[in-house]
Amino acid sequence: MRDVCIIGVGMNDWGELWDLSLRTIWTQAALAALADAGVDKVDAMTVGCMSGGLFVGQEHLGALLADELGMAGIPATRVESACASGGVALRTGFLEVASGLADVVLVTGVEKMTDCSNDEATAALATAADQEWEVFPGATFPGLYAMMARAHMAAFGTTREQMAMVAVKNHANGIHNPHAQYRRAVTVDEVLNGTMVADPLTVLSCSPITDGAAAVVLSDKETARRLAKGRPLVRIAGVGLATDRMALHNRADLTALNAVTAAAQKAYAMAGVTPEAIQVAEVHDCFTIAEIMIIEALGFVPRGQGGPATAAGETGLGGRIPVNPSGGLKSKGHPVGATGVAQAVEVTLQLRGEAGARQVAGARIGLTQNMGGTGASSVVHVLEVIP
Amino acid sequence: MTTPSAARLTREYPARYRLEGARCLACGEILYPRRLVCPACGAREFAVHRLSSHGVVKTFTVIHVAGSAFKHQVPYILAVVALEGGGTLTCELTDLVDQQPEIGMPVELQFRRIQEDGEAGVIAYGHKAVPR
Repeated sequence: MRDVCIIGVGMNDWGELWDLSLRTIWTQAALAALADAGVDKVDAMTVGCMSGGLFVGQEHLGALLADELGMAGIPATRVESACASGGVALRTGFLEVASGLADVVLVTGVEKMTDCSNDEATAALATAADQEWEVFPGATFPGLYAMMARAHMAAFGTTREQMAMVAVKNHANGIHNPHAQYRRAVTVDEVLNGTMVADPLTVLSCSPITDGAAAVVLSDKETARRLAKGRPLVRIAGVGLATDRMALHNRADLTALNAVTAAAQKAYAMAGVTPEAIQVAEVHDCFTIAEIMIIEALGFVPRGQGGPATAAGETGLGGRIPVNPSGGLKSKGHPVGATGVAQAVEVTLQLRGEAGARQVAGARIGLTQNMGGTGASSVVHVLEVIP
Repeated sequence: MTTPSAARLTREYPARYRLEGARCLACGEILYPRRLVCPACGAREFAVHRLSSHGVVKTFTVIHVAGSAFKHQVPYILAVVALEGGGTLTCELTDLVDQQPEIGMPVELQFRRIQEDGEAGVIAYGHKAVPR
């Protein structure tokens, strides 16, 4: 396999963008990444999108968006893996460059979630769970994560306050991200006393509904060197994708995210690193409990210690292993198909030293972790600066 | 969500109405509902297995914000129930009187109305858990 580098990154300002369409926000992000890379054409592109069909009634996004970018003719593929669509689109682009099938690939993610009603958006998101055996009897997405939270609380003594600290930390980080949807601080009290969604998860324990797009340009190492313009070269050193039993009730241990662990082990092995080597991470905090379970599954903290480690500040900016300096899904927003790509945007900026007030000092190796459903899919990438 | 189509509901009658699952003839795994390949061992031969209606709560939540089919019911309790003799499912936990839901609570599955009158104009039935 050839070395694959990230040579350009871009995203639009995320939020409730009633004046902008899916194709427009996608094109904004794609153009930003192409400009950052210094290229005006690509060999191929991928689009991570969970459900153009349900959110805006539009499928066939590969062809639509290649056309929109003035690139009709190139190979273009839409990739779907629920909320992990963006991360899996990145892996797909990686494979195209690594295999030699293409030298320069535009990897994108997009979701336009506010053109439909809240009920329709909730129903669309619920399709990431088992429709017949989870959603039919009454499950909602927050409900499934709430049941994971309950199990984690019972098994390890994780508290509501510890979970709330995930939201507090990520909102504190997001203040420094100009692209973030909610650039404001929240307190533990605000999180705990917010409207209950699915006990113990309140509204501020959940990531929001967001319109947004993100893009990165990948290339082989030689092309990347030619276009580096003196910037640090960022290589995708490890890639891992794994799945778990789809329905939460079919998993033996409700407190473990086995697909996250398996994906991480593949990515670590490929990169030749251990969890201790990771200096900055962007992870899938769709709910506060998710970040706690993920940092355990990634091996950043021992099983059951995600809550206390978060409360102790280990994952804050300046902590032992800063997690979600971008603000995470909580503050930056969660346009589901775009999230996995935006994580790669953030870690690339961190490794280049271009992350401004949220910069993790001296970060040379970072990780992205994106997941679908209640963790039935997870994709992990290890990124590093190379000489 | 809209109520599932009449065709889909009919397909699911054996599992939803009679709690019919399958027991893997190779490894003994209990599947609910039945499927073509055993997720535990990969074998493809099964005997029909009727789930026990007795089980315990493995985890639960109280849902306050629901999808459109369940909006009229909030707040309601949703649980993962592990059944005696094998099989787990997600269902509502209901009929609690002066009692808080808890992990480990013994429950019994009862045949109940689940969703009403969607696009297909049919009423969907299934099972809910109640304390025993």
